[in-house]
This record gives sequence, C-alpha cells and structure tokens, in this order.
Amino acid sequence: MSQSTHLDQVTIRFAGDSGDGMQLTGTQFTNTTAMVGNDISTLPDYPAEIRAPAGTLFGVSGFQLQFSSHEIHTPGDQVDVLVAMNPAALKVNLQHLKDNGIIIANADAFTMRNLKLAGYEQNPLEDGSLEGFQLFAVPISTLTREALVDVAMGARDKDRSKNFFALGITYWMFSRPLEVTLKWIEEKFSGKPELIDANKKALNAGYSYALSTEVFTTTYTVEKASTAPGTYRKITGNEAVSLGLIVAAHKAGRPLFLGGYPITPASDILHNLAKYRHYDVKTFQAEDEIAGVGAAIGASYSGALGVTASSGPGIALKSEFIGYAVMTEIPLVVINVQRGGPSTGLPTKTEQADLFQAFYGRNGEAPLPIVAAKSPADCFQTALEAAHMAIKFATPVFLLTDGYLANGAEPWLIPDVADIAEIREPLAQPGEEYLPYKRDRQTLARTLAVPGTEGLEHRLGGLEKEDLTGNVSYDPENHHRMIHLRQEKVEKVADFIPPPDFSGAQEGNLLIISWGSTFGTVFSALEEVKKQGREVSWMHLRWINPLPEMLGRLIGNFKNVLVPEINAGQLVKIIRSEYLVDAKGFDRVRGLPLQTHELVEEISSYFEEKK
Amino acid sequence: MSTIETLEQKELKYTKEDFISDQEVRWCPGCGDYSILAQMRRLLPELGVKKENVVFVSGIGCSSRFPYYMDTYGLHGIHGRAPALASGIKLANPDLTVFIITGDGDSLSIGGNHFIHLCRRNIDVTVLLFNNRIYGLTKGQYSPTSERGKITKSSPYGSLEEPFNPVKMALAAGATFVARSMDRDPKHLEATLLEAARHKGTSFVEIYQNCNIFNDGAFEKYTNIKTRFDNVLYLKNDWEYRFGKENDKHLFWDGFRFRVEEWKEQEKPLLHTPEEMPVSMEFALAELSERDEFPVPVGVFRKRQAATYDALLTKQIEEVKKSKGQGDLQKLLEAGNTWKVD
Repeated sequence: MSQSTHLDQVTIRFAGDSGDGMQLTGTQFTNTTAMVGNDISTLPDYPAEIRAPAGTLFGVSGFQLQFSSHEIHTPGDQVDVLVAMNPAALKVNLQHLKDNGIIIANADAFTMRNLKLAGYEQNPLEDGSLEGFQLFAVPISTLTREALVDVAMGARDKDRSKNFFALGITYWMFSRPLEVTLKWIEEKFSGKPELIDANKKALNAGYSYALSTEVFTTTYTVEKASTAPGTYRKITGNEAVSLGLIVAAHKAGRPLFLGGYPITPASDILHNLAKYRHYDVKTFQAEDEIAGVGAAIGASYSGALGVTASSGPGIALKSEFIGYAVMTEIPLVVINVQRGGPSTGLPTKTEQADLFQAFYGRNGEAPLPIVAAKSPADCFQTALEAAHMAIKFATPVFLLTDGYLANGAEPWLIPDVADIAEIREPLAQPGEEYLPYKRDRQTLARTLAVPGTEGLEHRLGGLEKEDLTGNVSYDPENHHRMIHLRQEKVEKVADFIPPPDFSGAQEGNLLIISWGSTFGTVFSALEEVKKQGREVSWMHLRWINPLPEMLGRLIGNFKNVLVPEINAGQLVKIIRSEYLVDAKGFDRVRGLPLQTHELVEEISSYFEEKK
Repeated sequence: MSTIETLEQKELKYTKEDFISDQEVRWCPGCGDYSILAQMRRLLPELGVKKENVVFVSGIGCSSRFPYYMDTYGLHGIHGRAPALASGIKLANPDLTVFIITGDGDSLSIGGNHFIHLCRRNIDVTVLLFNNRIYGLTKGQYSPTSERGKITKSSPYGSLEEPFNPVKMALAAGATFVARSMDRDPKHLEATLLEAARHKGTSFVEIYQNCNIFNDGAFEKYTNIKTRFDNVLYLKNDWEYRFGKENDKHLFWDGFRFRVEEWKEQEKPLLHTPEEMPVSMEFALAELSERDEFPVPVGVFRKRQAATYDALLTKQIEEVKKSKGQGDLQKLLEAGNTWKVD
C-alpha cells in the first residue's frame, strides 16, 4: 500500500522527442490540474524544427508546469519530477531537476543508438550516475504495446500512445482524475474509434500500472488553491489576446479585422480569430507582413478595429506602415509576441528584446503608446486596453507579449462581459463641419470620418499634415507643431490608464522596476526576499509609453533602482535617460523566463554590500 | 433591390465638377496624368455611385498624388502598398467602390508582391496603372517597364533589364478584367475605365502615360494621330483583329501565333471575345506589345465573371452564423473546461 503525502507545490517537466507528443501531454496534465483547482503556471519549451531527427539533443521538446495550493506566478525554476521519454530528454533536462527529484524514464528508449545520439557512453539508468535522484525506469513502450494487444494497429502506431501511458502514471502519482483527458480523447479523435480506444487504454494502463506495482511508494496530493470566487478556465496568452480583441471590438461597436501573416510564436492569434466568423471577425492572411498591417490600417480607416499580430522579424517589416498610422492618426493595434532575436534568432523561445523596436523602430519622430502584458491571463485585459486607447486616441498602439506568455497557461477568472466598459468614441457625422485634424481638447485625438459618410469626403496620406485641415503642408513651423502635437497626444494617454502595480514603501534602499512577463519571477523573488526580512519596493509597468506619472515622483526616493529584463538592458536605458538616475539592469537572455533564485541573489546583493 | 438602386442612381445627378477637390493639381504642365484625372472625373457621374462611397487609394509616385485631386474619400499610402490598404478597406466595408491609383514602379517593382496577390484574390477593386516607363518623382531612373538599354541617371551605360509587360502580369496573376488604354485617347480611356469600374472583381487597366519631363514621347508612335492606326490594334468585342488607317490589315491566328496579313473578307473571321477566350490567345495578344512588327493592342484583353474575395468572405460569415448562430460573448469567454470557486 502506498502512502499519501501532502505537498504545497510541485513542478513537473515532461520531456521527449519533438514527435513524442510532450506538448499535448503537458497540456492535458495542465487542463486536469486546473480543473481540480490548483493554481498553475506553464512553460512550453520546444525546438523550432517541427520534427527534428529522433533521439537528438536538439530535438528535445519539453513542457514544464508548476501547480500549487497557493497563488503562484512562475512555472518554477527547478523541477520536482522529470518525465524523460528518451536519453536525450534526460540529458538536456537533468540540470533542471532538484536533488532527490523524481525521474520517470522510458527504459525502452534507452537503446544503444539513442544513448549514442544523446552522447551517453553508458546507460545512465544502470550505471549509478543517477544516484541522488529517485529513479523509476519503466518500460513504457513495452507496457503500452501490451496494454494495446487487442487493438488492431501496427506496433509503430501503438507506440504513439506511450505518452498517454506516461501521463497515466503521473495522474496516479499526483492523485489526478482521468476524466478530463478521457473526454478530450473522445472529442479530439472523434471519428477514429481505434485511436480513441488506444489512447484511453494507454492512459488507463499507465494509471493502473502505477497503482498496482510496488514501484511507486508514494502518491502526492496538492490541495486546491484558495482563489477569488468565480468561474475559471485555463488560458494561454495567445488565447487571451484573441478573446480580448473580440470583446474590445464588440464594446467598440466595430467589426474586428486582423491582417496577419503566419509567424512563430504569434500565429495562434490568427488561428484563434479565424474560428470566430460568427462574432463578426474578419481575418485576412495576407501575402506578407507588410500587407497584413496595411490591410488592418485600411480596415480601421473604413470603420473596423484593425489589428495585426506578429513577432520581431515581422514587426520590422511592418514598421513603415506603423509610422504611416502614426501620421494618418488611424487606430491600430500592433501585437508583438516577442521571441529571441536578432534576425530569425530563437523563434520558439521567449525574450523581451523588442522594447526598443516598439519605442524607436520607425523613421522620423513617430511616438506611440506601448502596453505590455504581465501574465498569460493578463493578455486579455491588455488587449482590451490597447484597443481602447487605439480607438480613443486615433493612434497605433503596441501590445507586447512574448513567447512564454503566448504559450504559457494559467487559470483565468472569467469576467462578466456586462462589467466591461464600452468603447464608444464618436465618429464625425454628416452635416458637421469637418476638419480632419481638429483635435479633442482632453485627448488631442482627431475625430475620424469613415468612408460612406455623406459630405465628409477628405484625403489622408503619409505626407506631413497641416494642423486642423489635414492638407499636405511643407510649412516649417507647421511641421514643428505637428511633431509636438503627436508627442503630446501620446503623453495624454497617461490620463486614461490605470496606475501601475506598486508594492512596498515609498522610499528605501531598493526599487525594482519591471515590465511584461518578468512579473511572475519578480513576484516570487520578492516573496523570498521578504522572508529574509528585507524591504523592497516594486513597480511593475503595464503602460511603458507613456511612463506613469507616479514613477517620476517616487524614483528619487530610493538609493538603488534595479530593472530585471530578458534583454541586454532596454527599459533600464529608458529609465536612466528619462529620470537621470543610476538604475542598474539585471539580465539573463537565454530564451527562457528569468529564474527566481537568480533574482533573489541579485536583490540580496543590494543589501549585503551596504553593510 | 435593383429597382431601388435604379431610383437612387437617377437621383445622383453628379457632374464632373462634383469630383473636383479643393486641392491645386501639382503635376508638371503637359503631364499625361491630367488627362487620366479628367476622364475619371467625367466617368464617375456615369458610374452611378454615391461619391461618399468612393475611395481612391494610392501608393507613392507622381500618379499616386491622384487621390488629393478627387473630391471623394482618399488615402495616399506608402510605396507599393496601395493594394494592402485597399484590400482592408474593401473587406471591412464591401459597399465601397475602391480605386487603386499606381504607377509602373509602385506596382511592379516595390509593390509587385501585393499587386499579384490582389489579382489572385479577385478583390472587387479597380486598378489604374499609369505606365510612363520611368521613375518621375525621383527624377528619372529606369523603371521595371523601361526598355532594355535605356539610358537614365541610374543606367548611364544603358539598363540591363528586360521590362515587365503589365498586361501579361495581370493576366497571369489572375485578374478577371484586364485592359490597356492611353492618356492621349481620352474617349477610349474613359470608356475603358468605366467598363473596368463596373466589372465585379479585380479590374486592371494599364494606361500608357507620357512623362514629358523624363521620358517624353515614349508612346508617341501609338498616340500620334499620324502613326496611331498602323501601330495600334483596337480590341473590340466580337470584332475582327483589324487595324490600319483603312482597317486594311488584320491579325491572322494560325492556331499557335498571330501573323499580320492584309485584310480580306473571310467566311468565319476570328472575333475578339474577352469573356471566353482561351488563355493561350489572351497571352498571345498581350505579347504583341513586346514585338516591333506587331501593333500594340489596346482595349479589353479579358473580362471574366468569377466570385470575388469580398463576396465570398461575406457569404462565409453568413454561413458560419447560420450554422453556429450569432456569437454570444459570455459563452465565448466561458468556452471549454471551466470550474467554479465558491
């Protein structure tokens, strides 16, 4: 009989070949874990190659998940449990495993050939090198084939169900129910009864194997997290962006138009939105990135909410058109799901190195508002805000997310649609005297007249505009005035956005300023630091342009300012130039989220040096 | 529906003056663009579309200043990208009548990709390509339609490139209406543009346009009244391929290619049928402009009925709504596995 142990939080990593279905396995574990009420945070970590050669180190695909009985904000630094489907997966991921952590390895995959591909001279499952870990070497492939003996399938096809066997073991180990995955299998493989049968049998067999063999001595339970009451679902950043845009368009009374071009890791936004024709969503897969944003601007011009979503290389191509939207003052939401750069860089990995691109990546003086999401679920709210400000200020707005937020998942407290504010910005009406570049006093936004409106025919373009009339103007003073009007308009956004997250005292030794997806790491690091009895203040920026007014008031009250980022120091340079303070950066640019313990060490150093 | 439209059209008593904007036209005196502008202002009252529903979209170049001079909605875009803007405009509001004004450099060089994909999708817009075979706004470099050997500022020893044939490109890219006309044949130009504007789908008109500053006389052979009839073949529906001052010559189709022959009455003459011609003949006709021994065809090369992208998109939205029902936002947010916390 096994014993049951309560745990507060667990980090598990599924790893295997990119064809082993590890993303699917991880997602299923996540869905089930979300349903039982744990807080979750996930990190899919996969190669850019669709099917890298089997067994190789560079072909290893991983999915990491932290789940907990309390609030968590990161997918975890080190893992408690590593599921390794082959030697390469073990080799790549062992470094992430805690001392005395659990390894569940598919012993069948530790063949001479695979060991050699992974660079092992001896079988690590047998040579004692894994002492110090709890090793469970399970012949997963053999056991799966045995479980599927009655299924009319070839051996190779049967082997493809082995990830469900592994999933079954972990479900038993962490006391998870099978129902969510069983139901999913039926829906996913609907019309393919042999696949339904095989995968269900493999899942059940894995669970039963763990239950009935004496190998596993302990099951673990992780209690429900106590979170705010309401209805929840699991959501990834790309899903949340898509939903936020649909809701924003409805609240604005405009059809949603996405002009896009496939690019990792932003394509899922295009895929998601393409499903929602019945929500008046028009998606346009353009011939290239440039046409994607051009069509979005054209659609906005004729009354839709125009959106384009891409990643760094695609944004680079769009930059001339984004400047055009700045000049013509047409609403536009530009989403950059940041990935490792420069150039093609690391397409499937996360990074925050496109902040400068968003700030400065256009010719001429072309300021625009920039907002960044802090977590997968926050992508919903930031998409709403980005769309709102784009329409309210008749401007392109950048929404920055990243690969980790886009593919990572967490529970989301589903809002009541009725509680979300309307985005009603007046359009010019027939009969009005219309000056295309006459501005609202509060926002400095111009009023739009959409084609089809009688009597308001007018011409726009990328040439400099005369103030008020919008006619082409080469007048030197007018150009100077317009440059500053466009800048002031962006600054006015500050009057209409919520203040940033701020915690801690208004003065002290250390202020941390962060933005985007580092939120989770900073949150977790500060929990640690507080346990050490240290006082740290923290501002997490949501809108990065314009910077919050309160930051200017506070920043001088601190002896040290630390800006952690997944880039070589971009926000920190903006902070230094804006406030003339000696802010320091902290960066680890590895294509992965920052690790909590590294940031804790960095923060601690600010206290130790001051003795 | 059609009766209402007819009534509305009767009420639209526009004249060409209604389409003149308050902006001063700033093309060089003598530029061929003036003629195109004049014909456009003349044909719009005939088109029977409310002027608030008309949008002119352009790229960059001399031709692309066109929208400023029309008292309709207008977007002067960025270089080569007018098709992208126009696609978004038309798809977001299919009720609009959208014109793209572009040039040989704008459309076939920097914007080549957008141009071919616009044609391929058959979005219901009308493209006017002002072909002057030179870069005018940047003061005289060879363009993708300049003849090989052209001496310009950027090709002082002669350009090394073969030119594009815009009509052939539009045909190959799948435009459903393809025509050619000339700035100095205003009647033909107006009639061709009107027919193009009325066509449902991507309509493409190449317009031979004289740049009297940087490439004067490029089309003189075809536009000069003295030489025109020997060098131009006017394509007309259901008409033999006859040309010459006295219509004394014609094109003979031997099944593979055209030959110029003296005209004699024929029992079963070959007639021009742009609505149903085989592709091989469309291309054979289009290719004539590349060969000195043949007249240059002007008129309509192709006019085919086919579903437009914009209409298909509207239909798809209706069909999905029919099968799934109008989307409910709260249900959208609560889709998939959810759980409650009390």
